[in-house]
Amino acid sequence: MVKGIEKYGIPVVHMATVVPISRTIGANRIIPGVGIPYPLGDPTQGDADSKKIREKMVRRALKALQVPVTDQTVFDKDI
Amino acid sequence: MAKYKIVHYLNQFFGGIGGEDMAGVEPEVRDEKIGPGLAIAQALGEDYEIVATVICGDNYFGENLDKATDTIIEMVKKYEPDVFVAGPAFNAGRYGVACGTICKAVEERLGVPVLTGMYEENPGADMFKKDIITVQTGNSAATLRKSLPKIVNLIKKMATGEEILGPSAEGYLERGIRVNYFAEKRGATRGMDMLIKKMAGEPFETDLPMPKFDRVAPADAITDIKNAKIAVVTSGGVVPQGNPDHIESSNATKYGTYSIEGMDSMSPEDFTTIHGGYDRQFVMKNPNLVVPLDVLRELEKAGEFGELVNYFCTTTGTGTATGSAAKFGDSIGKKFVEDHVDGVILVST
Repeated sequence: MVKGIEKYGIPVVHMATVVPISRTIGANRIIPGVGIPYPLGDPTQGDADSKKIREKMVRRALKALQVPVTDQTVFDKDI
Repeated sequence: MAKYKIVHYLNQFFGGIGGEDMAGVEPEVRDEKIGPGLAIAQALGEDYEIVATVICGDNYFGENLDKATDTIIEMVKKYEPDVFVAGPAFNAGRYGVACGTICKAVEERLGVPVLTGMYEENPGADMFKKDIITVQTGNSAATLRKSLPKIVNLIKKMATGEEILGPSAEGYLERGIRVNYFAEKRGATRGMDMLIKKMAGEPFETDLPMPKFDRVAPADAITDIKNAKIAVVTSGGVVPQGNPDHIESSNATKYGTYSIEGMDSMSPEDFTTIHGGYDRQFVMKNPNLVVPLDVLRELEKAGEFGELVNYFCTTTGTGTATGSAAKFGDSIGKKFVEDHVDGVILVST
């Protein structure tokens, strides 16, 4: 799906927990998720903290969409 | 005569520990054959013995690749196996990646011949088929019986050091390795034969298949985020309660497009997940974990980006054919072009 959309020239940031799969399918902008059953947040840390994690990750995703890349790039740290 | 020793790797499901709710279990080793190991052992006969089975949860492995690999290597080492077998993983993506990862590590670090089995569209197959012998299986465990003779034959050849023939002869996925052999016909004759077949519209087998580069160049970055239109897509199976379009919980043949207009958050009263490949309890309680509407609305109001597209696109990623996923992406992409979308957040579970 990532490639199907990106081929129209729209940047896609793939937020996925198993980064090697994301690389194999050919995503160009990748942000590692927290866990497979909860990619954006961590409910085991309570709702408030979980949401904070999510906000941080979504902010990072918005930034990743603004970073020019020439190759597959994993954004695993804050930009 | 001493028996050839085999150590077998299984995930939590095939290891009989449990389903998705147990996918987080850490590696453990048992001195017995389990699940598919019973069929493999029976087919191998009395000169071979599965001396131990390592079981690890797919999520644990996927989330702790290095740690899980190190732990399992230590477990396997003690048994000094003649052959290490993982899976088969069929079309289970995380399981396939785990099988490939652990096989590669066992071969490299312990020098033990390794074997796994997968459906050709398993993402693990693409990642590891060049490194390790991956027996081609069907897409579900129901096909084990069919692939069993190939698995058993290869295990025996590995244990005894007998020559392993090419992928089509032995039934494993092509590794891209060239082996010299004497052909019956010279190159010019083979070329002419192929040309004649091609002109007649008949199938022919090339001597040198071209690699498939299935890549899309990165799209240009967003330059004006303050006015950018952002859309959300997911393969996490989040759908309105009642799943109105009947999207399948595995091997999806369609995706859905659902409105989030006027909503500040993904309410569990309105949305759920029908994904059949992960423990759904967290997302059913809070769908924002997959479709981060709560945070996106706040950032939209704060002016961090222009506008959130008032719908999201969704399907189930588990067991879904890559061909179907490509079609969904194409169709979603077309709609996004029409709707002037500038950037996409795609969340996978």
